[in-house]
Amino acid sequence: MSANETTAETIVPVPEKLTKKALTADHPTWCPGCGDFAVLAAFYKVLERRQLPHESIVTLAGIGCSSRFPYFVNSHGAHFIHGRAVPLASGVSLARPDLHVFLFGGDGDGFSIGGNHLDHGARKNIRMTYVIMDNFVYGLTKKQTSPTSPVGYKSKTDPTGAIDQPVNPIKKLLAAGATFIARTHATQINHMIQMIERAMDHDGFSVIECLSECVEFYPGAFDPANPRKGGEFKLIDEKKWDGTPEDENRHDVTDEIAAYRLANVPFPGLFGVYFENDRPTKNAFERKWIETTRAKLGAPTDLDVLQKTFDRMK
Amino acid sequence: MSTPSALPELASAPTPVAGRADLRPQNINDAVIRLAGNSQDGIQTAGAMLARLAGRSDQEVMTYMTIPSTISGGPSIFQVRIGSGEVLSAGDEADFLVAFYQHSYEDHVGFLKEGGILLYDSDQVQPDLTDKRFVSLGIAITGLTVEALGGTAKDKGKNIFVLGLIAAIFHLDAEKLIGLIRERFGGKNESIVNTALMAFQAGYSYPVGSLLSKRYEFEVRPKTAGRGQVTMDGNQALAYGLIAAGVRYGAGYPITPWSTVMEILRSELPKYGGLFVQAEDELAAVSLALGFSYSGYLSVTGSAGPGISLKTEAIGWASMAEIPLLVVNVQRGGPSTGLPTNVEQSDLYQAIFGSHGDSPRVVLAAANVEDCFYVALEAARIARKYSTPVFILSDSSLATRIEAFDEPDLKSIMQDPNPDLTPRSEEYKPYPIDGITKHAPPGTRMIGGKYPVVTGLEHDEMGHPTGRPALHMAMTAKRRRKLKLLAEEIPLPEVFGGSQGDTLIVGWGSTFGPIREAVERERARGNSVSSLHLRHLHPLPNGLDGVFARFNRIIVAEMNDEGLYGFGQLATLLRARFCDPKIHSLTKTDGLTFRVKEILQGILP
Repeated sequence: MSANETTAETIVPVPEKLTKKALTADHPTWCPGCGDFAVLAAFYKVLERRQLPHESIVTLAGIGCSSRFPYFVNSHGAHFIHGRAVPLASGVSLARPDLHVFLFGGDGDGFSIGGNHLDHGARKNIRMTYVIMDNFVYGLTKKQTSPTSPVGYKSKTDPTGAIDQPVNPIKKLLAAGATFIARTHATQINHMIQMIERAMDHDGFSVIECLSECVEFYPGAFDPANPRKGGEFKLIDEKKWDGTPEDENRHDVTDEIAAYRLANVPFPGLFGVYFENDRPTKNAFERKWIETTRAKLGAPTDLDVLQKTFDRMK
Repeated sequence: MSTPSALPELASAPTPVAGRADLRPQNINDAVIRLAGNSQDGIQTAGAMLARLAGRSDQEVMTYMTIPSTISGGPSIFQVRIGSGEVLSAGDEADFLVAFYQHSYEDHVGFLKEGGILLYDSDQVQPDLTDKRFVSLGIAITGLTVEALGGTAKDKGKNIFVLGLIAAIFHLDAEKLIGLIRERFGGKNESIVNTALMAFQAGYSYPVGSLLSKRYEFEVRPKTAGRGQVTMDGNQALAYGLIAAGVRYGAGYPITPWSTVMEILRSELPKYGGLFVQAEDELAAVSLALGFSYSGYLSVTGSAGPGISLKTEAIGWASMAEIPLLVVNVQRGGPSTGLPTNVEQSDLYQAIFGSHGDSPRVVLAAANVEDCFYVALEAARIARKYSTPVFILSDSSLATRIEAFDEPDLKSIMQDPNPDLTPRSEEYKPYPIDGITKHAPPGTRMIGGKYPVVTGLEHDEMGHPTGRPALHMAMTAKRRRKLKLLAEEIPLPEVFGGSQGDTLIVGWGSTFGPIREAVERERARGNSVSSLHLRHLHPLPNGLDGVFARFNRIIVAEMNDEGLYGFGQLATLLRARFCDPKIHSLTKTDGLTFRVKEILQGILP
């Protein structure tokens, strides 16, 4: 048995078209003006464009404001515990190659309590699309310092200003070995859609850091990158591989050292794809191991395999 | 079992050492053989071969071992008890002690019964020859092994040499043993097999007759019916039980004594199209397992106490979200890092109550190696039927103990591992208040177009989060109720011994064997002692109060502390459940399995 065989028979083509209406579930509980509304809208848009079988979409999350996401998407979903959504999603991804695994969360969930799982999900390159809505603050618990809060940010746990150096998410992901790393901004809906689509097309551990403003506890945090608020939304100029002289200076997304350099650009930094490579996924390695093992045994039934094992124990 | 002691006549024999051997009966039905050396000497290998041979000869067998928790080396023992009748414990005393070193002799000679045989390596051990309680056999094991293997300076192979000696003394089937040696060392370099066979032959042909005037022979009692026996340890039985139960996915993190379950599953599951993942930590391991289970494949995670502590938040999620999950705890001594290689049953409270909130889960415990196999099937059945986390409690004594048991009828018990992805109707509710949750895994088409979210927040029937007071009460009751339904279907365990009388010993887990042996001995002396063994610990089967009413005293024997109020963990639960002052507690915390005589002393009025 394998997930492939199981699901090949049982997936029935979906007749109805995936519209925004079909994808909409509970009304979001986010504060009016929260950046996460735009991320949700971008996600609906991507799903409408892609027309994936409805039952094959899985929306997963840990804990936090943004991690409420699964309730607002009408798809199979799970709302898990704080920080452990990556391993939960890894289980779904590894067991069920027929599913599209989307994971949503915030900076606390992803970079703090779940920081180790982020590293290992990246290292193992487990296939999933992970959008981290980074608002630089703990919002659900009402304004404590987060792992990405800048030095000097005044919160309820740092009333005189944060003193700890924040995580640089892109560098953390590069060091851990994520195979698709992008950065976007919740006010830039088309860019978000582009990034999500590229992430889901990537066969591997794809992470998007999406700056998403907390209007309640960190208003204006991302204005410096918002043209409508007088900021500048600076895009990474990716190589086009067109042989022109100007292409020489563009960013090669497979160049890890260059990606680190871009990640060092001071806040608000650059947006777009920092890094992408095609290192094989754990999903592929494990699948291959299963297939070779079974081929060597001559594709026996489960009963045959266990019986043989017990015969050796006699 | 005719008698639990192998060579009872010898204890009182007043003759000098040389003459004692002549008194030995040729036929024996039970022998406890203890091999004492260092952990790198391969005594486990030799002992395991004896166990497997017994299994192949339709004998009962049980082993017991200690491993030092140091990284390599250190004193170690492997004990094999072989019997022609029922073998219930690894034995309180040894009939036969092999001492490889002086420390082996000094540490273990006290375990040898009077009249027993002390076989020692005369190159390494200087026993007290004035001690006439034992038949002492000094053989230059080190020197003879080196000689047999061609004069290399290495003394590797002593274990197999000793195996040959034991085969000669106990008249074991040398052909079968040679077959086992070939199986064990085959596949490696041919010269390794040959070296092992040379060592065996050297030991087997050693003239033990010049030192010992009689050899022993196990009574042959051919089994009357059915299937042959399989021989394995508890962790193997558990792992293969999980596979038979249709478990194809799991995740874990290394910890003694759980690791070998994980190692077996990691290698075996791909053969079945499944997968076991070594996770970065215990939290990831349980979360991965929940990911597998959520996606429709009942999965397993496991650990020992410290790792289970780390998993508890996620297990609470499984209670709340009602996700089926198997959690194995191969218990060791605690708390904290505690006694990593010793046995204890001190994680019962943790299994039943280890969570914040009211978080019902099911707890089962394996009684012996064979039960490790079947308890996995029962756990999987319950997890699927009631969509709940189920704990399987084993312990370090079961984990490494080797027993032979009747080969299971695999054909009739293999379970279907596949998720149920049949489309769900418009009426589908993930959390029906009046029913038992049965999830629609992702990939399932929802005909009504509404897709379910499973959640750790309190939720309504559709899985929407809500904190409505009435709903939390109703949902808490729903989660509780399914365990009460389960309690109704659990059979009341049979009382062993008389169904009424003076004393009822209640046990759980690996104390099964020694308790039963204690009951047999007491009853043989005409005392009114019975026992009852609980496999389902949470929920408890209904009707225990009726059983208890038929006895004057209930004594709960378990390997944990008596606590502040004088009662072990199960005893406390039973007293809380039945408010019965007849319930007493017999506990111990020395990190060793119960000896039969400890139970006998413990139940004295």
